[in-house]
Amino acid sequence: MTTKTTVARTVDRSSRNMVLNIGPSHPAMHGTLRIVAELDGETITKATLEIGYLHCGFEKLAEHRTYNQWLTVTDRMNYVSALANNIGFVLAVEALLGVEVPERCAWIRTVLYELSRLSDHVMNIGLMAMDLGAMTPMLWSFKERETLYDVFEACCGGRMTMSYPRVGGLARDVPKDFKERVRFGIKGIRSYCDEIETMLTKNRIWLDRTQGVGILTKEDAVQYGATGPVLRASGVPYDLRKDAPYLCYDRVDFDVVTSDTCDVNGRYHVRLDEMREAVRIVEQCLDKMPEAGPINVDDYGVILPPKEKVYDQMESLIHHFKLIMEGMRMPVGESYHATEAPNGELGYYVVSGGTGRPHRLHVRAPTFYNYQPYPLMIEGRMISDAIAAMASLNIVAGELDR
Amino acid sequence: MDLTAIEIIATLAKALVVFTAGMMCTPVLVYAERRLCGFMQDRLGPNRVGPKGLLQPIADAVKSFFKEDLLPANVDRFLWIVAPAIGIAVPILCLAVIPFGASVPLTESYTLIFQVADPDVGVLYVLGVVSLGIFCTTMGGWASNSKFPLLGSLRASAQMVSYEIAMALAVISVVMSTGSLKLSAIVAHQNTDWLGVVPEWHCFTQPLAFLIFFVAAVAENNRIPFDLPECEQELVSGYHTEYSGMRFAMFMMGEYTAIGFMSALIVTMFLGGWSLPWIQLAPASGPSWIGGLVSILVFLVKWALVAFTYIWLRWTLPRFRYDQLMGLGWKALVPLGLANIAVTAFLGVVL
Repeated sequence: MTTKTTVARTVDRSSRNMVLNIGPSHPAMHGTLRIVAELDGETITKATLEIGYLHCGFEKLAEHRTYNQWLTVTDRMNYVSALANNIGFVLAVEALLGVEVPERCAWIRTVLYELSRLSDHVMNIGLMAMDLGAMTPMLWSFKERETLYDVFEACCGGRMTMSYPRVGGLARDVPKDFKERVRFGIKGIRSYCDEIETMLTKNRIWLDRTQGVGILTKEDAVQYGATGPVLRASGVPYDLRKDAPYLCYDRVDFDVVTSDTCDVNGRYHVRLDEMREAVRIVEQCLDKMPEAGPINVDDYGVILPPKEKVYDQMESLIHHFKLIMEGMRMPVGESYHATEAPNGELGYYVVSGGTGRPHRLHVRAPTFYNYQPYPLMIEGRMISDAIAAMASLNIVAGELDR
Repeated sequence: MDLTAIEIIATLAKALVVFTAGMMCTPVLVYAERRLCGFMQDRLGPNRVGPKGLLQPIADAVKSFFKEDLLPANVDRFLWIVAPAIGIAVPILCLAVIPFGASVPLTESYTLIFQVADPDVGVLYVLGVVSLGIFCTTMGGWASNSKFPLLGSLRASAQMVSYEIAMALAVISVVMSTGSLKLSAIVAHQNTDWLGVVPEWHCFTQPLAFLIFFVAAVAENNRIPFDLPECEQELVSGYHTEYSGMRFAMFMMGEYTAIGFMSALIVTMFLGGWSLPWIQLAPASGPSWIGGLVSILVFLVKWALVAFTYIWLRWTLPRFRYDQLMGLGWKALVPLGLANIAVTAFLGVVL
């Protein structure tokens, strides 16, 4: 297979360095990643990455599914923050369609997006700590995630793969006690952040392991197209929620967190502070959200009509049939819409040929671009630094390989 | 030297008890570790097998016993098989010289001391045998003929050798202040109270040596924060990657028994051994049964506290990077140890 020989050729077997194959099956690899590292003792002299072990043809599948059907596939990309992927996708399709969802739906989507950001960051901090040897914070992370899962499960029944939004709205309205559930879910996050700070931030060993490790300079980060916490930890204050607002982000007050250190410690701090900002956003959204109102767009050509109407009215029955069998009528054209996912700029490029199934759908996965400068970050450093840097990039293989 | 029958029987019995205790270290510590780590991580540890999960280690042992005994094709057979055996033999050998309690009058003529052997060079014996433990990790990794174990054993051998030196320097100060290499003498030296208030344990009179020794002991045992040789995240499983089933269990047993032994050594050398602060368990009037038995209990409680600290450290701290670890050993602990010896010597002459 061509990939195998290409990687093999880049590795210099005549040199006296040991070639170590890290992955794809490895306890620390976040997913199925392979690094072919040439080692001089403990130092990595050259690292070659190989991806694609989790490639499932998600984008190809889109050509044979209606938009709402393919929504379930978006869950599986960044499976740690599924709702973010879902919402990003439906926003892109709605942009192409030219529909605006009602107020209430937009606020709810903002809340859910931030909750999935919390879920992702909390997991990443726990995993970063675990990869560096502090095993306990990971279990605390999962406890916080469990309370968030309870919120998601109450809304849509799913804990990890939600598929909750639909093009033009949501699958169903949120439960009556949504606000109480969300408030309960985020209550623990602030104290979790503080507890993690006491455990790790000033810990001598943590600082030794994370400061000056996995350096990605500002220029390299911008050149390689890194986004999200990786870019912001290199000092670039680029956040799509401020620079290209969508949903309700222009109506809430929050700060863009950056760090100048460009290292693993910087990314850790950026994620921790972003969690605090996300809690702020969620609290503001819960206060500003309208109590009642429509959830879906008022167009049954886009969203399924309620069952009572399907049974009673002929037009609704026809709409229902058409939407399920053919999908919605999309205009011919293309659109690219990006959101600030927990990992960075998650963009969906939708090319529609006028039918209910996309002609081509490409995902700009933030992990793909964040992972590219990884050899820069680890060459010349030791294996332990490679592990720390990998953890700080938050590589989710589902999103990387699609 | 004439050995009376009772001496022979007593020594054999003590050896058997100590051997059993050494083998029991593993189940006790494994259970304690899993339960305590569960509590620290906001969850329950094993609590299904037996009341409060107390039979979990037995279940683990039975499982390991029934696993397939794989001998990988490319390994260096003899070394690969012998490595875990050394791993478990070394700490049990060392346990032989630890004094577990004050003596008891077994018969009118014979006083039973709770120590299998009390050589005049007890400390040297311990340091020497602990050095043999390095072979276990080195051989395990080298014989496995595989890259990850090789990396693990390289790191392990360098780490253990450097922290041996720090340990030895800390011990020298203790030996200097005691004036003897016998472990029983070291405990007896700590069996007094300064001004009747503060027990003269070496953790109070030699605090720097205590700190150095504790850090070096954790490093010798390859425990977090020094567990680079076997850290999962980097090296799959380090030097015991290629082992499975009972052989892997023997590595684990060796590791936990070594933790048990090091805790016992720390208790003996720095925490006063079997002595209580204000109650004299080995009175000048002669050994007593009550004193002897209570002293064993005291020893066990102190041992449990030190083992708990090992477990506490493991689940709290991140691990060091290799160069930071070696830097700590050579650039921090060794100079501090030497300085401590100098200060102890100076104070010993002056005071």
